[in-house]
Amino acid sequence: MNGPDRFEAYDGADGDGHEEGDGQQPGRPPRIPTPRASVEDSGLPLPALEESGDAPAPPPVRPVFEHPVLKALLGAWALAACSAEEATAVEEHLGECGACADEARRLREAVGLLQRPDSLDLDPGLCTRVLGACLERRPPRIPVPDWAAAYDAETARLDALLQDFGDAEWHAPVRLRWFRADEATSRRTTVAGVIAHLLSVDGLVAVALGLDDPLGDVTSRRPTPAARTEAYWSASHFPPTRAVRAPWREQSHGIVRTASFTGSGVGGLPVPYGDFELPLRDAMLDRAFECWVHAEDIADAVDYPYDPPSPRHLHRMIDLAARMLPNVLAHRRRNGLAAPAHHRHLVTAGEPGRSLRLEIEGSGGGEWLIPLDSPAAKGSADHEVAHVALDGVEFCRLAAGHVPPQEAAAGQVGDKDAIRDVLFAAASLSRM
Amino acid sequence: MAQKDVPPRWDRKMQQRLARGEAAALGELYDRFASLVHGLAHRVLGDERAADGITREVFVHVWEHPDAYDPKQGPLRTWVATLTHRLAVQRLRTTETAALALEGSGTPEELEHKVRRASVAARADYIVQSMPVPLRSALERAYFQRRDYRQTATDLGITEDEARRRLRLGLQLLSTAHDSEAPGAPPGHGGAV
Repeated sequence: MNGPDRFEAYDGADGDGHEEGDGQQPGRPPRIPTPRASVEDSGLPLPALEESGDAPAPPPVRPVFEHPVLKALLGAWALAACSAEEATAVEEHLGECGACADEARRLREAVGLLQRPDSLDLDPGLCTRVLGACLERRPPRIPVPDWAAAYDAETARLDALLQDFGDAEWHAPVRLRWFRADEATSRRTTVAGVIAHLLSVDGLVAVALGLDDPLGDVTSRRPTPAARTEAYWSASHFPPTRAVRAPWREQSHGIVRTASFTGSGVGGLPVPYGDFELPLRDAMLDRAFECWVHAEDIADAVDYPYDPPSPRHLHRMIDLAARMLPNVLAHRRRNGLAAPAHHRHLVTAGEPGRSLRLEIEGSGGGEWLIPLDSPAAKGSADHEVAHVALDGVEFCRLAAGHVPPQEAAAGQVGDKDAIRDVLFAAASLSRM
Repeated sequence: MAQKDVPPRWDRKMQQRLARGEAAALGELYDRFASLVHGLAHRVLGDERAADGITREVFVHVWEHPDAYDPKQGPLRTWVATLTHRLAVQRLRTTETAALALEGSGTPEELEHKVRRASVAARADYIVQSMPVPLRSALERAYFQRRDYRQTATDLGITEDEARRRLRLGLQLLSTAHDSEAPGAPPGHGGAV
């Protein structure tokens, strides 16, 4: 009923023959809804023509209001969206013209059917429940790999947030915040700019999977997330607009789909980030994490509420950060950013080493033993020198660079230097 | 929301992917239609929980029987909406009949009237969401923002003639929500939506 070719049928229809003329329907009182603002209820002729006397040479109104003109006005009349003169003319006509009267009644009733749409905010938990029920009833032949599920869920949540955005929201200013060289850094952009950023950096995963690079012909100085983003932003003379949503979403669908087809065996495929690389399964977790963090940036900017990821996905994101910490610590120590380990036990690879117990509270939490002195060492409860406890979402804010390490609300026991190093290392995981 | 403008190719591909058992396709299907399905079910049933239940039923059905959709009969969106409408009206009738039997409140005629009213309201929602954007934005201006047709014409950058035409055409489309069977509609498509 919504194909353009069907409209002519309505154009020509003069309200003939779809219903009985008196509006009586079975089980229903006769009803001709009244307009919201109208002059129809006084049966008297209105003095409209006399009142327009001071207008210079008023056009002869009567001859203009002939049947076709009045018929064309029926929609506006039903919506009380025409002038008082026009409404009167229409109403007088309805007394004389059965066809128009029928149509007028139908259109008035149609106005009563206009309702503001219910809120479109769906409970994000509903998606999990519905898809879970589906997959239980009919197990998929091509499942989404476990490690891609968080990315799938987070991109869908962000997309749902963007759904009802108007231009004002798309151009709302957003400040991206992260830590660089232990200093809080930020960069101003807009909501659309954030989506462009996600598009550019997700592109690293897309390219690793053999999909098109969203940067296309734009060359980035370096293949890092920040350089790619800056290249994408500056390739256009105009700031990004809502038009960026479609390619971002298409790419994220393409990534999930391709990852599903290539199967779980491809989880180890390296994804280069410029300065480092991550196996695909971790890169997709990293992108899920970034998607959530930036969705929160966006939600803050437009003053919408936004929930943390599901506990299962949050747990995986925290686990990724915990697994990355030993390498980051080693890197920082080489660069003189972490305390030289004077108590350091030299351990051979795979042997237990000095460790910090990271206890993450709340849903999605857990405990991790972070080896402090070498990424090759094994975290060990027997060699625990410090214990840090913090909430899962707070830890993620720290790792996203949204909370300075000195201010992270963390319960701390044990070696102060070790704790400081780990908290700063967590903050340094953040990037644009 | 611009979702109806996707080419039928998308519908066919989606059906093939669902038939193939691609879980990623199911996610995309949910993305695209969940708010439509939930909104229609909510309009019929007036209850969040019940609408959640219908949403689950609809997606389970599509996932289990992707072949039940025939792209030649019309857009996937219409098919999904029709299915939602049918299941929601069924549910409403069942719960209302049970309430009638249990409490003896109301009459069978009132029940039919209630079911019909809910059904028409949901069909009207679907018509508004699916109508061409120019018609919808004219109606929104005139009704929700209370602009007269001259202001509507200015807002939309169209002639007054065109504004009048769009308002009338939009309402004519909307008024078909009262017709329970659209003439010439393909079997299984016209009946419920």
